[in-house]
Amino acid sequence: MHRIGDTPGTRRLLIGLAVLLAALFLLLPLVAIFAQAFAEGVTTFWANLSDEYTLAAIGLTLFVALLTIPVNLVFGVFLAWLVTRFAFPGRRLLQTLIDIPFAVSPVVAGLVYLLLYGRNGWIGGWLDSHDIQLMFAWPGIVMVTLFVTCPFVARELIPLMQAQGAREEEAAVTLGASGWTVFRRVTLPNIRWALLYGVILTNARAVGEFGAVSVVSGSIRGETNTLPLHVELLYQDYNTVGAFTAASLLALIALLTLAAKAGLEWRAARRETAA
Amino acid sequence: MSIQLSNVAKHFGRTTALEPLDLEIGDGELVGLLGPSGSGKTTLLRIIAGLERADSGTIRFGERDVTRVHVRDRRIGFVFQHYALFRHMSVFDNVAFGLTVLPRRERPSRGEIRARVQRLLEMVRLEAFADRYPAQLSGGQQQRVSLARALALKPDVLLLDEPFGALDAKVRQDLRRWLRRLHDELNFTSVFVTHDQEEALELSDRVVVMSDGRIEQIDAPETLYRRPANRFVFEFLGDVNRLEGDVRDGQFVCGAARLAVDLDDGREELLLRPHELRLAEAPSERAHMPVCVTAVSPVGAEVRVELEADWLAEPWLATVRHADFERLAIRRGQRLFVEPHRWHRFDGAAARRVTAGAS
Repeated sequence: MHRIGDTPGTRRLLIGLAVLLAALFLLLPLVAIFAQAFAEGVTTFWANLSDEYTLAAIGLTLFVALLTIPVNLVFGVFLAWLVTRFAFPGRRLLQTLIDIPFAVSPVVAGLVYLLLYGRNGWIGGWLDSHDIQLMFAWPGIVMVTLFVTCPFVARELIPLMQAQGAREEEAAVTLGASGWTVFRRVTLPNIRWALLYGVILTNARAVGEFGAVSVVSGSIRGETNTLPLHVELLYQDYNTVGAFTAASLLALIALLTLAAKAGLEWRAARRETAA
Repeated sequence: MSIQLSNVAKHFGRTTALEPLDLEIGDGELVGLLGPSGSGKTTLLRIIAGLERADSGTIRFGERDVTRVHVRDRRIGFVFQHYALFRHMSVFDNVAFGLTVLPRRERPSRGEIRARVQRLLEMVRLEAFADRYPAQLSGGQQQRVSLARALALKPDVLLLDEPFGALDAKVRQDLRRWLRRLHDELNFTSVFVTHDQEEALELSDRVVVMSDGRIEQIDAPETLYRRPANRFVFEFLGDVNRLEGDVRDGQFVCGAARLAVDLDDGREELLLRPHELRLAEAPSERAHMPVCVTAVSPVGAEVRVELEADWLAEPWLATVRHADFERLAIRRGQRLFVEPHRWHRFDGAAARRVTAGAS
C-alpha cells in the first residue's frame, strides 16, 4: 500500500532535493566559514583571534550578553506572569506590544533609540547636559540589545503558563505558601525548561545582533565594536581571513546554541513519554 | 468550625455571579452546593476559601471574621476540581508541602513531617505510592493525594470543588462513601460543589440548591426531594414529565387524556415524577391516559419505559418495578394506560410550589 504520490521514485527525488538544498544553503556556508578562517593555517587563525581589537570585540559582546540575559530573564518572567495570571484592561494590547521587537526591523529600532537618546535627541539632549552619554557607547549597545531580545523569554513562557493554568499556584496558597515560596517551589520548577530555552535564544540573538547595534555603536575599534560589527569592519579592510575568523566564533556560538536547544528538546520529549 | 455568610455578593464585570445571599453552615456539617453550571456554586466556594473576594458581605468562621483574611491564613483545605497536584513533586512531597512552608518556628522537624505524611498516606491508602509522581497515578488516586494534601494542616474547613467530577462511576461511588466516613471520623466542616444531584443528596447533611447566583433552597436531602420549594428545585432534582391542559368540573383534560383532580377550573400544568406513574392495561375511573411504549431499558433496579401519545408534547418517562414489567409483559409498541398516583403543581409566576395532589 502506497499513499498517493508515495512511489519510490518521487520519494527519492524529494529527499534528494531536500538534502541538496540543505547542503547548498545551510551546510556549505557553515563549512566555508571555518574553511576560510583556517585558510592560512592555524597560526594565522590564532594570530587573528588574539588580535587586540578582536579580543576587545569578544569581550564587549560577552559583556553585552551577560547584562542582557539577566535583565530580560527577569523582565520576561514578570511579563509572562502578569499576562497569564491577572486579568486587567489592556492585557491583550500588552501581549501584542511584546511582539514589537520581532515585527520591527532592528535598524529601525536602532534609529529610534538614536533619535531619543542621541546627543540631539529628546531625552539624550537632557542627558548630555548632565554629561551622560548613552549612544556610541556600550550603554546604547546594551539598550538596543535589550530591546531586540526582550520577547524571547516571555514568548516561550506565555503559552506554557497559559496551558498550565494557575491551579497549582492557588493550591500552594491555600496550603499557606507565601508569594515568593509559590514562585520558587511551584511556578519556577514548572517553567524551568521553557525558561532555559528562552535564555538560550536570548543569548543567541544578543551575541549575533547586527542591525540595531550597528546604528548606535559607532563601531569604534576596541571600544564599541561587537563581534558581528568587527566581522564587517575586517571584511571592509580586505582582511577576509580575519573576518572569517571572527565569523567562525559566532558560528561556533550558534552551533553550541543549537546543540543546547536540541538537548533540551530531547529532554522534554523524554519527560513527556515518561509521564 | 461553623461558617456564616451574610449578604455576600459578587460581580464579574457586568455579570452577576452571586446575588446577595446568606448561608449558615454548622460545625461538623457536610454541605453540598448543588446547581447547574453558571449557577455560582463554585464562585461561592472560592469566596468561602478566600480565592475570590466578595464585593460585599461578611464571612465568619466560628467567631472569627475572615472577610479580609488572606487565603493562606484562613486555615482551609481546598480540593481542586482537577486535583491541581504539583506535577513536579512526588506524592510524598505533595502531601508534605503545607507542612514544609510553615514559618520556621511552627514547622515540625523533618522526622515529624515524615511521620505525619506517612499517616496521611495510610489514611488515603496510598502509602505504597509515596515516591510516585502525579502523572503516574490514576484519577482516583490523584484525588486521594489531593485530599491528603488538603488535610495535612488539619484545616478547620475542608472545601471541595467538584471532587468526583472527573472520575468514572465506580470509583466515584467508592470515594464518596470513603469521604463520608472520613468526614464522620475527623469531624471537620466540609462544603463541596457538585452538579450531580445524586451525589449531593447521598453525601450531604444538607444541600444548598443554587441557580443564577441565587440560593433556591437549603434543606436536608429528604426534605429537598419530598418538598421542593419551587419549580427549579423540583426539575433539577430528577426527571420530570410535563402535562399541560384545562381543568373543568374536577376533570383535567388534555386531548384524549383525562385525570380527576380537585382543582379550580382554568389552565394548569402538572409535573409528574417517572416513579409516580403506574402503568396498567385498562383505564381506571380516575384516569384515562392512553399511551404507547416507544422504548424499554431494563437495566438497573427499575425498568425505564418511554411513552408517547398524540396528547403529549414530549415523550414521558416511567420507571416500573421489574415485577410489574414482567406481569404487564411490556414491549415496544404496546398500548397501555398511565395512572399517576401523585402529581405536582407550581405557581406560574413565582414558580413556587403550590400543591401536590394524589389520585
